[in-house]
Amino acid sequence: MVQMSRWKVILLALSLVFGLLFSYANALSPAQREALPGWLPKPTLNLGLDLQGGSYLLLQVDVDAMREKRISNLNEDARQTLSEAQIAVAGIARDGNGVVVTLSNPAQMEPALTAMRGLLGGGMAVAVDRTVVRQGDNAIRYAFTDAAVTAMAPTAVEQSIEVVRRRIDSLGTREPSITRQGADRIVVQAPGESDPTQLERVIGQTAQLTFQMVDIESSVQEAMAGAVPPDAELLMGEDGVTPYLVKRRVIVSGENLVSASVTTDQSNQPAIGFRFDGQGARRFGETTANNIGRPFAIILDGKVISAPRINSAITGGNGIIEGSFTIASASELVNLLNGGSLPAPLTVEERRSVTASLGADSVRAGQLATVIAFAGVLVFMILSYGGLFGGISVVALILNFILLIGAMSITGATLTLPGIAGLILTLAMAVDANVLIYERMRDEANAGRSPIAAMDAGFNRAIVTIIDANLTTILAALIMFFFGAGPVRGFAWTLSIGVITSVFTAVLVTQVLLVVWLRLRRPKKLPIAW
Amino acid sequence: MSKFWPLIKLLPTRTNFEFVKHARLFGSLSLILVISSIFFTIYPADNKCGGLTCGVDFLGGNLVELSTRPEPVDLAEIRASLNGMGVPDVQVQSYSVPGSDPTGRFHAMAKFGNIEGASSTETIHQVKAALTRDLGPDVRFTRTEAVGAAVSGELLMNGVMALAVAIIMMMIYIWFRFEWQFGLGAMMGLFHDVILTFGLFAITGMEFSLTTVASILTVIGYSINDTVVVYDRIRENLRKYKKMPLRELIDLSLNETLSRTIMTGVTALFALGVLAVLGGGPLQPFAIALFFGIVVGTYSSVYVAAPVLLLWGVKRGAKDEEARPIKLGMASRP
Repeated sequence: MVQMSRWKVILLALSLVFGLLFSYANALSPAQREALPGWLPKPTLNLGLDLQGGSYLLLQVDVDAMREKRISNLNEDARQTLSEAQIAVAGIARDGNGVVVTLSNPAQMEPALTAMRGLLGGGMAVAVDRTVVRQGDNAIRYAFTDAAVTAMAPTAVEQSIEVVRRRIDSLGTREPSITRQGADRIVVQAPGESDPTQLERVIGQTAQLTFQMVDIESSVQEAMAGAVPPDAELLMGEDGVTPYLVKRRVIVSGENLVSASVTTDQSNQPAIGFRFDGQGARRFGETTANNIGRPFAIILDGKVISAPRINSAITGGNGIIEGSFTIASASELVNLLNGGSLPAPLTVEERRSVTASLGADSVRAGQLATVIAFAGVLVFMILSYGGLFGGISVVALILNFILLIGAMSITGATLTLPGIAGLILTLAMAVDANVLIYERMRDEANAGRSPIAAMDAGFNRAIVTIIDANLTTILAALIMFFFGAGPVRGFAWTLSIGVITSVFTAVLVTQVLLVVWLRLRRPKKLPIAW
Repeated sequence: MSKFWPLIKLLPTRTNFEFVKHARLFGSLSLILVISSIFFTIYPADNKCGGLTCGVDFLGGNLVELSTRPEPVDLAEIRASLNGMGVPDVQVQSYSVPGSDPTGRFHAMAKFGNIEGASSTETIHQVKAALTRDLGPDVRFTRTEAVGAAVSGELLMNGVMALAVAIIMMMIYIWFRFEWQFGLGAMMGLFHDVILTFGLFAITGMEFSLTTVASILTVIGYSINDTVVVYDRIRENLRKYKKMPLRELIDLSLNETLSRTIMTGVTALFALGVLAVLGGGPLQPFAIALFFGIVVGTYSSVYVAAPVLLLWGVKRGAKDEEARPIKLGMASRP
């Protein structure tokens, strides 16, 4: 130890410079930071949502529901296509990732196959995600390929992330972070004073808009009693009590929507104007032309918003939706519709939100506790080990604090509330390295060695113990990092950085300063020994 | 320089406490504490968290924190209005935000399940509306948490896994750096600390949450740190005094490391004490768990991890030279 190499002094000086450079900005107010010249690095601590306020949402993408829905759409497509081709169907049964259609008359197999293949499109646009395969004499299997089913979940999650991002952007939330977690989850973190209720309502709504015909051949009462026709479904109105029996077949869906806007109806009530794309306009036009006088239903997320009667063919692809809207609810719905519908329902599995004022309270309490604990430890060390040895550990501890804040600022680590506890504990634990070194030196000095020999031996022996002891803490922190979530990770990160900086400073600062003292004073005995 | 300053001179350089002599007594005491902690932690067994008061992290459910002014929060009113809406599993408590609330607001929190048939979003929405109506317009909602059943199950599973993995990793590390006898001793010390901390939470009814798991992991880190320092000295003395009986050797090593144990322990406890008093609110259970854990961890390094070596002994003598542990870079001088 006594033969100290020059690089250690240089390393110490460098670490001090960089530590200060990357941590000083935290001591300034935002206004002061703005006033600094642009070339100066000014990283600051990244506060977690629990300290700056904000919302954390863990959303589960219901991939199973989406798959079931898409398979049940195959059923409807097949039924519709064969009925248009006037082919009698004995039954349609679910089979794995698709359906098997049994024909009443095997002689109709060829035209049935042709009609079904039409579902896959033709020419340049043949769908590759589905197959139509003949099974035996009188059955046709219409199903998604395995590859398509496998791709559904990741695609749905990706699309959901996009939709969620557009919706949050429409709220004007600043710097939201939207990331995927695991196979089918999305984490949304929105800092600041955003309203979590609104955020959640906006994110969680599927916004699946469909236009379907109302079933007027069957009675709603019978359907309520359980006799729902196979091609129809029973839905509730927006009020939750009025039942509607609607055809399962979707005439036009939100996918064909080009734009939506807030408008007013004839009685000056808020309404939603919409415009379809070419395909949507054509299908809507055909259906309305064939069904004049009959009602159709406008359905949003499984609820019937309104069921107007078709007075004339609507061919332009424009229209308005009337319902019991307010201006606010209409514009929220317009934003949702324009942002696109979610491919699968999202459920909120976990949500945590903290207001900015509570966050600020926590920061204040944390700062106070840190300052007092830090000051207390410094005083304690000076009292215990005297001005010189205690003073050296104080210098080491202060440098440690600077390096820790600097390292957390440049790595963009997030400081959370438990992280503040980690910070305080780290400061207390940093003393341990000094204590181990000093105690060893005392032992050696008391065993009768000269100050130089005692310091040398004490230092070298203590280092082995210090490294062993601190590696275990790093190990614990790593485990927290892998198993923990959010705030706990922040704690683990603070703890790990703290252990590294504390070993670094305790060992290096102590060594360099003690050697300087040794050379200047050439002491006869150590002040901490008897 | 006076005789008493620096204060470290007050600690005698050479102590001769016969720790091992009392090991049987303290060992039995530890055993009783561990067994009763286990009992209080798992009883009643039909509860998902046993005797622990789990937070929404592990049990699932909803939590709303609110503040009112100038009247203190009327807890009975909250309870009544939630019960009136048919919200299940209502728990209400008030808490103080540490010295920090200059605005003079009073804080409370309510935990509750979902209204039958409603999602947590809807339930929370309705609860907030009802409380705004019943507690007056100046009520503010400062924190909202909702954890679904699936996620809470995973969080609990992850927490238990993290603790188990931590203990096993520590054992392997000590085994690798020392000998298997030491690894086993360290593991017993860790189980002791973790179980007693569980016991503390079960008996005091403090909320057991994700941050509690983090604090227990930290206690594991600290306790093993302490144990390593003691083991390190035992290993060194095993080489130095080849003929000394293990019992005396353990006593010697504990005495030699005693002043370090006290110094570091006192510093850590002081810092955590400050945190427990000033950190307030959500940090309090965290700081208390760490405080308790460090006391227990220090005790266990002295009275569990070290004397337990006597139960199975350690390798000594000539063979010891071969079994010398691998050094990690920096070599210590003999």
